[in-house]
Amino acid sequence: MAPALEVRDVAMRYGDRPVLGGVTLRVEDGEFVSLIGPSGCGKSTLLKVIGGLEQAERGEIYIEGRPANGRRGLIAYMPQQPSLLPWRTVAGNIELALGIAGVPRAEARRLARDWLGRVGLAEYANAWPHMLSGGMQQRVSFIRALLSPRKLMCLDEPFGALDALTRQHMQEWLLSIWEENRRAVLLVTHSIEEALLLSDRIVVLSARPASVLREFTVPFGRPRDPKLWKVPAFAELREAIHELLKPAEAAGTASG
Amino acid sequence: MGNKRLSGWLPLAVIALIAAAWEAAVRMFAIDPYILPSPSAIVREAMQPNVWPRLEMHTLATVRRTLTGLALGVLAGVALAAAIHLIPGARRASAPLLVLSQSVPYIVLVPLLLIWLGFGEEPKIVLIALVCFFPVTVAMLTGLRECDPALRGYLAMIGADRRTIFTKLELPNAVPYLFSGFRIAAAYSVTTTVAAEWFGGGSGLGYYIKLSYSGFETARVFAGTIIIIAFSMLMYGLAGLAERLVVRWRPKTERRGGDGSGA
Repeated sequence: MAPALEVRDVAMRYGDRPVLGGVTLRVEDGEFVSLIGPSGCGKSTLLKVIGGLEQAERGEIYIEGRPANGRRGLIAYMPQQPSLLPWRTVAGNIELALGIAGVPRAEARRLARDWLGRVGLAEYANAWPHMLSGGMQQRVSFIRALLSPRKLMCLDEPFGALDALTRQHMQEWLLSIWEENRRAVLLVTHSIEEALLLSDRIVVLSARPASVLREFTVPFGRPRDPKLWKVPAFAELREAIHELLKPAEAAGTASG
Repeated sequence: MGNKRLSGWLPLAVIALIAAAWEAAVRMFAIDPYILPSPSAIVREAMQPNVWPRLEMHTLATVRRTLTGLALGVLAGVALAAAIHLIPGARRASAPLLVLSQSVPYIVLVPLLLIWLGFGEEPKIVLIALVCFFPVTVAMLTGLRECDPALRGYLAMIGADRRTIFTKLELPNAVPYLFSGFRIAAAYSVTTTVAAEWFGGGSGLGYYIKLSYSGFETARVFAGTIIIIAFSMLMYGLAGLAERLVVRWRPKTERRGGDGSGA
């Protein structure tokens, strides 16, 4: 079976500045992969290249085995901002995303109601997005990506804008939902703990121009214990990744 | 709630106070009604059996003309904005033209429109529509462009095509902008109608005021003017009401505040 995502030696530059310097990675079907790197290393740019918004200068992208360079609409996506259209109801937002992905209207409606109920947001189905808290909006945004018929989910620092406590709750929530509904996930994050808690594999990127420094296979079984940080191996892995990121971080610039 | 009710009545109280002062001044200084009629004299004159039916008739003509011109202007403004937005390069090409079209003082258009379209309804309607379309086009163009970049990026990432981005993102985003343009156009439309009627034709409040003015009937000039002001305010209020009914999704801080203090 073809992997959900295969990125082969992808390079890209903005003008004279090289941003991606030959990135290679893959995400198998049903696998949770985190992408971690110093701020501004080009993680979000890589997502844009995968999503077809930016064109790679070199290298190939395959999504579900098909060439995907410059092609849009092949992924499910959850951005850092909830990005719910303020003039559509919560359910309406989910239905629109599913509609764009080609899900028939009635099916999209059923799925949206069903899942909002499952995650305890049934009473908000007809609410305007601004009536929901930041954490609730991100839950809706995640459900919207999860329900997409696309195999690969790209999550771009989905909890980056939330406060620490909400962030932790959201990580545990996402973990429980994902473990019951396994999908190929590529998560961009700058939190080592988040990557360790959620992923099967962690890909560490270098500073600009980004290339893969190292890959870690996360050895913890599933379902994961949310209190994973108590395990000594967790601290060791965190330390190893931290060391790897250290010199780059000292020279790091703006976030990205 | 108490504050809200007070703020609603306060302007009315101020108007009543001014009217009372006006009435008192006219009586105290025995001002000639030809120079300045008192409010009570204006009302008395408007209620005359030979005046009121004509005021009614001319008001109706003005209202009909205003609404027709405004509707045409708004439709043309929305269509033009959508066209400029959707045709690549049209925005940059049309920007100076839009400003230029508004730099023409519309008074000079009146004789031209009369030459081209004759003395009937058409030149008036066209003039009102021309005056109304600009604020609508400009506001709408802004609304179509100024979408949240995060929403734009999200929709692009999940593969929304140009059509979907226009209908689901840009158009709904432009609606509140459209309404602010519409409110301005509604206010313009009334004054433009009155000016157009002043210049030609045999009906409407503008015509009636000009006629009363020529006949030294100052009280009738005031009566006509008051009706125009009331109509103008009504239009503005209706535009605001329409906006509240259509744009329900926006967080309404005032309403929330009111509910909070009431509970």
